[in-house]
Amino acid sequence: MPSYIAPSTVEEAVRILAEASGIAKILSGGTDLLVQLRSGRIKPDLIVDIKKIPGISGIRQRDGAFAIGAATPGALIGECEALRQAWPGVVEAANLIGSTQVQGRASLAGNLCNASPAADSVPALIAARATCVVAGANGRCEVPVESIATGPGRTSLRADEFIIEFHLPKRPPHSADAYLRFIPRTEMDIAVVGAGVAVTLDSGGACTDARVVLGAVAPTAILVPEAAAALIGHTLDETALAALQQAARRACKPIDDKRGTIEFRTKVAGVMARRAAVIAYERAGER
Amino acid sequence: MSKHHVSTTINGEPTEFLCEPQLTLLDVLRDELHLTGSKEGCSSGDCGACSVMVDGRLVCSCLMLAVEAEGHAIETVEGLARGHDLHPLQRKFLEHAALQCGFCTPGLLIAAKALLDRNPKPTEAETRYWIAGNLCRCTGYDKVIRAILDAAAELRGE
Repeated sequence: MPSYIAPSTVEEAVRILAEASGIAKILSGGTDLLVQLRSGRIKPDLIVDIKKIPGISGIRQRDGAFAIGAATPGALIGECEALRQAWPGVVEAANLIGSTQVQGRASLAGNLCNASPAADSVPALIAARATCVVAGANGRCEVPVESIATGPGRTSLRADEFIIEFHLPKRPPHSADAYLRFIPRTEMDIAVVGAGVAVTLDSGGACTDARVVLGAVAPTAILVPEAAAALIGHTLDETALAALQQAARRACKPIDDKRGTIEFRTKVAGVMARRAAVIAYERAGER
Repeated sequence: MSKHHVSTTINGEPTEFLCEPQLTLLDVLRDELHLTGSKEGCSSGDCGACSVMVDGRLVCSCLMLAVEAEGHAIETVEGLARGHDLHPLQRKFLEHAALQCGFCTPGLLIAAKALLDRNPKPTEAETRYWIAGNLCRCTGYDKVIRAILDAAAELRGE
């Protein structure tokens, strides 16, 4: 049976993690952790609930950039109008996780550190060039979101480290993002394929910057620079979209499972990347 | 293993309990506090039968440790009626026959209450998406939706 502790500062949490003798697990929203505890898939000696740390849940704006506390629930993210305006792709991805009930608890840090290849918020965060602030025994550092997950259920975080907040940069003019996923129903499912795209346009509507990220088609979410390169310098004409689609498919290294075959996932990854790019492009053009 | 002392508010009443750290809020509501309205369906956050509100937000009580309730306000289905007066949602569920076996009903009532608390005039589509995390194997949902929308109209005074 694990013991439970709820530190009230980041420093206290780090010290507890650093001094823990057995396996310690961070409890944020708990929507993955409690399921894993119940099934016996994990047997931690210690549960460290970070939600008593001031500011760990909440969204702060600084000069057009955003800091999102690690344990901020999806519902709160969806209710933040300024964040929806600036990073609609990140918000729509975060809000796709689970039901209304799950949205009441589930957090970005949990979605990232659970390290499912199909995590919805992760491709969108990477596309938006989000970073996370990691606290540990050696102090704090800010790292790109793509540096955290290293494989299914595995992260690069050391035992004394945990994420305290996410940073989203100030959105450049004429830019926007979008996230799309394929599931065989309309709600309450796990992505068969996910695609997050962020684009920046010049005054003529050509892409000057792009990020294309795929989920559920490799052991982690993958940034696909070749797909982004297919967009840069172009308006989203058919040639650019076809090149994007092909580059997205080439980057896929999916598995066969009950949700989809390798062939299906690879094909659909191209479609999702293309559609997400079109949505991001249209949103960027309206700004 | 030492037990944790938890101070919380349940349906407006200050409530204290002792619990082991691995127990869920649902375990304590049902087995310790004898509030058996919230049901245990899947224990994995899929079915919504254990839905409660925590500080006004809809959550699955099976996905929350009881110790996490410290300092928070919990609302369960037991808090809906005022004595013998049913909440409009409860009355409309009866009038529209929006239940058969009844197992999902407490969770659906709390989910509907959470919806109407923040959106007094939801559309049918908004209502259907909102309760997507509450599984019902009897009604086919149509009667549930009608009951919720009818209760919403009554609560608006229409």
